[in-house]
Amino acid sequence: MTTTNLGMPRMGFFTDTSVCIGCKACEVACKEWNAIPSDGKLELTGESFDNTSALGANTWRHVAFIEQDKPIPSPDQGNSPDVRWLMASDVCKHCTHAACLDVCPTGALFRTEFDTVVVQQDVCNGCGYCVSACPYGVLGQREGDGRVFKCTMCYDRIGVGQEPACAKACPTKSIQFGELNELRDRAQQRVDELHAQGLHEAKLYGESPDDGVGGNGAFFLLLDEPETYGLPPDPVVTTRDLPQMWKHAAMAAGTLLAGLAATFVGRRQK
Amino acid sequence: MSKHRHEPTFTSYYGRPILKEPTWEPLDIAGYLFTGGLAGASSILAAGAELTGRPRLARTTKLGALVAISVSAVALVHDLGKPSRFYNMLRVAKPTSPMSMGSWLLTAYGPLAAATAASDVTGIAPGVGRAAGLGAGVLGSGVASYTAVLIADTAVPAWHESRKQLPFVFVGSAATAAGGLGLLTAPCAEAGPARRAALGGAALELAASNAMEHAAGLAGETFHDGKAGMMLRAAKALTAGGALLGATLGRRSRAAAAVSGAVLLAGSALTRFGIFEAGRASTLDPKYTVVPQRERLEQKEAVPS
Repeated sequence: MTTTNLGMPRMGFFTDTSVCIGCKACEVACKEWNAIPSDGKLELTGESFDNTSALGANTWRHVAFIEQDKPIPSPDQGNSPDVRWLMASDVCKHCTHAACLDVCPTGALFRTEFDTVVVQQDVCNGCGYCVSACPYGVLGQREGDGRVFKCTMCYDRIGVGQEPACAKACPTKSIQFGELNELRDRAQQRVDELHAQGLHEAKLYGESPDDGVGGNGAFFLLLDEPETYGLPPDPVVTTRDLPQMWKHAAMAAGTLLAGLAATFVGRRQK
Repeated sequence: MSKHRHEPTFTSYYGRPILKEPTWEPLDIAGYLFTGGLAGASSILAAGAELTGRPRLARTTKLGALVAISVSAVALVHDLGKPSRFYNMLRVAKPTSPMSMGSWLLTAYGPLAAATAASDVTGIAPGVGRAAGLGAGVLGSGVASYTAVLIADTAVPAWHESRKQLPFVFVGSAATAAGGLGLLTAPCAEAGPARRAALGGAALELAASNAMEHAAGLAGETFHDGKAGMMLRAAKALTAGGALLGATLGRRSRAAAAVSGAVLLAGSALTRFGIFEAGRASTLDPKYTVVPQRERLEQKEAVPS
């Protein structure tokens, strides 16, 4: 039973990367609102304008920059110059079937009334299981603290009717917050619009409830394959296979018991 | 080997990994995979030894199980980001979390292993000690096997893709280790079951490892490459060599039995560290995440449901 079954609408993010301008206002607003510490390094990666590199304990929004030698069709001027620049703001996916939540042994991770997935920091004991369970590599263990941190979809803000800090700060509405059903409709309209404009690569990622994680609470419109942005092309919640795993472990345990019992069978040699 | 390998082409974000590397320290967690297996299988051997009148084998395997499970507990708490909150493991009992199930299993098994060892050494309450020993033996089979589910229930490609074989590798390795402990510590006259456990465990471990390396698909590479490959090759040589030495010269020579026992323990430990390292390596290269998932997608598109 989830809260959506009780009539609460599921809230989510729709990140439309086709209008992202790479300003990183989302990264900054997220850090400011949630008082996330610096990750300690001030290094230039040489990877376009991205010096954040990945989501983690201290990065809950991450803007990816991809430079491609590829012309983009433009309805006004034919083809634009032979380079296209993809920008995309990544975030925790707030999965329908969340592996992090399933494997958490303390109950620190929980599902909120908005159907988002949040870590209770006063419970987390830093076991790190969720870090290895997440198929997107979202969660990270904070150095010097030991606990695990990730995006809360601004649980404190949405609880009082505010939108999350990243969506509030986004100047192009690349990050949209709202009821998930409505966002899905809006996203499909946007894809149709882009296809009509000749951008046939535009596709949604994580919107389908039929994917390996039952769909994302935070989904995306992408202009290239997911792996280009550092996203897994076909993620699956690891606990989907858990019954099979327990079954094999039980068979192995039985084999061990029977096998070791058999070592005592027979005549004593000495 | 890698020279002849066909490298698949795939796209990534600046070659960066998609998954996070496990936060677990190899010494703590690969070490626990070893000591947990050693403890669990030793408790089964101890119960059998007690029931069949092999008091010296029973005593050393009971003590070995207690030491191994104590080391496990220390390693598991030490590995937490907040060790002072280890007790939060017992806030909930979650069947979807193998770590939660394991915590409860260890909570039940640990005191039984301690009680049977203490009773054996002190002679106090032998009936209770024997019952505790039987309980530890039954639960020991769970302690030795659930750790495979613990690591397979992750997004780590090498571990998740080998989920069907991993429990058999682990119980084989556990039997090898417990057999090694018996060979190392018990007199030859009582060590027959330990020799057979080592031999059977080694055979199961080697056969299941072989199956696992094939079943893991592309991520199976990580069982052969680099540090993991070196550790796993050494583990196989030590496991096979130790079991054979124990079953031959170790039958009569106490010294040969002790050497074979030590070799078997080292082989079992290396198996665990090697598998742990292979998993780590499979998270660091996005190839193991992207290529199999891309293939799966293409198959789905080829056969519309």
